[in-house]
Amino acid sequence: MKRLIVGMVSAVALLATPAMAADPVKIGFVTTLTTNAGAIGEDMRNAVELALDHIDRKMGGRDVEVIYADDQFKPDVGKQETVKLVEKEHVDFVAGYIWSHVLLASYKSVVGKGPFLISSNAGPSQIAGKLCDPDFFSTSWQNDQTPMAMGEVLNQKGIKSLYIMAPNYAAGKNMVAGVERTYKGEVVGKDLTKFPDQLDFSAELAKIRAANPEAVFIFYPGGHGPQFFKQYAQAGLKDKIPLYSVFSVDSINIDRLGDLALGTLMTQFWVPDLDFPANKKFVADYKAKYGKYPSFYGAQSYDTIMLIKSAVDAVGGDLSKRDEMRAEMKKANFDSVRGPFTFGNNHFPIQNFYLREVIKDADGKFTTSVVQTVYENHQDPYASECEMK
Amino acid sequence: MNWLLLFEQILNGIQLGLLLFLLAAGLTLIFGIMDLVNLAHGSLYMMGAYFAYSFAGWTDSFVIGVLLALPATLLLGIVVEVVALRTLYDRNHLDQVLATFGLILFFNELVRIIWGPAGLDLPLPDFLNTSVEILPGIPYPTYRLAVIAVGLLVALFLYLLVARTRIGMLIRAGASNREMVGALGVDIKLLYTIVFGLGAALAGLAGMMAAPILTVEVGMGERILIDTFVVIVIGGIGSIRGAFLAALIIGLIDTVGRSILPDLLNLMLPQAAASTAAPALSSMLTYVLMALVLAIRPAGLFPPRGA
Repeated sequence: MKRLIVGMVSAVALLATPAMAADPVKIGFVTTLTTNAGAIGEDMRNAVELALDHIDRKMGGRDVEVIYADDQFKPDVGKQETVKLVEKEHVDFVAGYIWSHVLLASYKSVVGKGPFLISSNAGPSQIAGKLCDPDFFSTSWQNDQTPMAMGEVLNQKGIKSLYIMAPNYAAGKNMVAGVERTYKGEVVGKDLTKFPDQLDFSAELAKIRAANPEAVFIFYPGGHGPQFFKQYAQAGLKDKIPLYSVFSVDSINIDRLGDLALGTLMTQFWVPDLDFPANKKFVADYKAKYGKYPSFYGAQSYDTIMLIKSAVDAVGGDLSKRDEMRAEMKKANFDSVRGPFTFGNNHFPIQNFYLREVIKDADGKFTTSVVQTVYENHQDPYASECEMK
Repeated sequence: MNWLLLFEQILNGIQLGLLLFLLAAGLTLIFGIMDLVNLAHGSLYMMGAYFAYSFAGWTDSFVIGVLLALPATLLLGIVVEVVALRTLYDRNHLDQVLATFGLILFFNELVRIIWGPAGLDLPLPDFLNTSVEILPGIPYPTYRLAVIAVGLLVALFLYLLVARTRIGMLIRAGASNREMVGALGVDIKLLYTIVFGLGAALAGLAGMMAAPILTVEVGMGERILIDTFVVIVIGGIGSIRGAFLAALIIGLIDTVGRSILPDLLNLMLPQAAASTAAPALSSMLTYVLMALVLAIRPAGLFPPRGA
C-alpha cells in the first residue's frame, strides 16, 4: 500500500513538473518568405536564429520552438496564418509582421485570444493610438516617427520645397503624415502609388521634374527601393534633386543599389555601427554567420526574441503568470541592439532616431553610418490617443 | 496645365502601351485562334526577362543577350505548347485556367530554384543609359525611347505578317472561324504551335524590354497579366489591331490619368478628399473603361472581322 502511494505521488510529480520543462516555449513568427519581399523575411529569420543561438535556444530553462509562417505579402494570407498559429499551434507569442496592412488584418486574431503579440517591424498609427492593447508590444517604431525625424533634417538643411512619394497603403500614409508633421517648408507635390503593383514611376518622375522641388522625400520599402532609385537616375534626376528616404535602403537591397544610393541620407532608429555591446555582438556574429550586414528588419527581430526571453526568464518559464510577464516586458529589461530604451504607455519604444548616410566600409562593402542624432528619446504622436497608462 | 509635362506623360503612356501591346498581341491570338485561356502568358514574360538577364551576363552585352533570349523564349513556348497545352484544347475554359495557373506556380518555383528569390537587375549599356533632350528642357530616358521604337517595329512586323503572308492569312482565318480552317485541311496542330511560339516570343520580348526599367523577379508576370487581359477585352479578342489600339488607350489612360487626376480632383473636391480619392481612382481608371466597353460593346472596340 505504502509503495503504491509513493508510486502514485511520484507519478503525479512526474506528470506535473517535468511536463512543463518538456513543453517548449512556442513562438509563431509571421513574415514574408516568398514574393520579391522574401529576402526581407529571410533576413528576419536569420536574425531570429542568431538570437536563438545566443541564448542557447532556452528561455526560463525551457526549450524554444519558433514556427515561421509566410504571409505572401498579402493581408488575407497573413491573417489566415496568424489564426492557424493561435488556434491550431497554440503558440505563446506571435511575432514578426513586416507590413502594416498585414499586421492590421491579423491584429484582432491575436490580442485578447491569449498569446502576446510583438511587432518586429510594422507600426501602424491605429495600433499606437485607439486600438492599443496591453498584450501588444513593438520592438520597432511607430510609422510616423522615422519620417518625422527626416522632416527635422530637411528643416535643418534649409530645404524650402519638397516633393513626397510613397505607396498607397497603411504605412505609406503614416510616412507621409509623419514628414508633413515636422517639415516646415512647402510641399509642392505628393503622389501615393498603387502598392505593391506599381513599379514604373515614369508619370510621377515627370511630375517631379516639372515641379522642380529642392528635394524629394520617398518611402519605398523592400524591392521597391532599388526600383525607384534606378528610375530616378534613368530620368536624369539623380544629380539634380537630392533624394531623402526612409526604409527604402536596407542592407538587403543596398548592394543592388550600390552607387545609385551612395551618399544619400535617411533616418532610422538603428544603424549597424551604433556603439553598444549588444549591437556589436549582433552585427559581428551576423556577419560571421551569414557573410553580410544585418538589416534593420533583422535588428528588430533579434530584439523581439530578447524581449520575449526577458519575460519568460522573469517568471522562470511559468507562462501562466501573464501579468508578471507583461510587467517585465514593459520594463524593456534586456540589452537592445539600439541601446537602452523605454516603452511608452502604448507599448511602442521611446527611443533615439539617427541620421544615416550610405557609405562604403573598409572592405568596399556598402553600408550605412551615423551622421548625427536627430531625436533623443522620441515618443510617437499617437500615444496620447491610447487609453492605457 | 503644363503642356511640356503633358507631352512627356503622353510619351510615357505610349511606352507603357507598346509594352502592353507586345504581351496582348500574343495573348489575344492564343485566346482568339486557339480558344485557350492562357494565364501562364505572364510566366513567359518573366522567363524572357530571366533569359535576357543570364544571356546578357554571359555575353557581357545587353543587345546580344536580348537577341539570344528571344529564340530561347520562342523555343520554351513551343515546348510548353507541345508538352502541356495540347491536351487542353478540347477541355473547357475552367480546366484551362486551372492548368495554366499550375504552370504559373511551376515557373515561379523553377525560377526560384535556378536564379534565387532575390530580385535581379539587368544593367543597361552606356549608350542606352542616358537621356535625350526631345524638347528644350525635357530630357527623356533614351531607353524608354528605344522601347517605343521596338514596340512600333514589332507592330509593323505583325501587321505585315498578318496582312501580307500566307501564315498571316491562316491566322486571320483561324481567328474568324476555327472549324472552317480545320475543315479546309490546314494543319491546325502546326498552326497552333506556331501561334503559341510567336506569342511566347512576344511576351518574352516584353519581359526583356521591361527588365532594365523594373526588376527581374519572381511573380513579375502576374502583375502585368491583369492589365494585358484588360487590353484584349477592350480591343476585342483575336484582333491584333484591337490589341494595338487598346494597349495604347490603356497605356495613355493609366499614365496620363495618374498624372492629371489629382489636379483635376483638387479643382472639384476639398483637398483632403481629393488626396485620398485620387490614388484610389487613378488605379481604377482602366477597369472603369473596361466595364464601360463591356456594357456598350461586349465584343470589344475592334473585334476581328467575322467573329
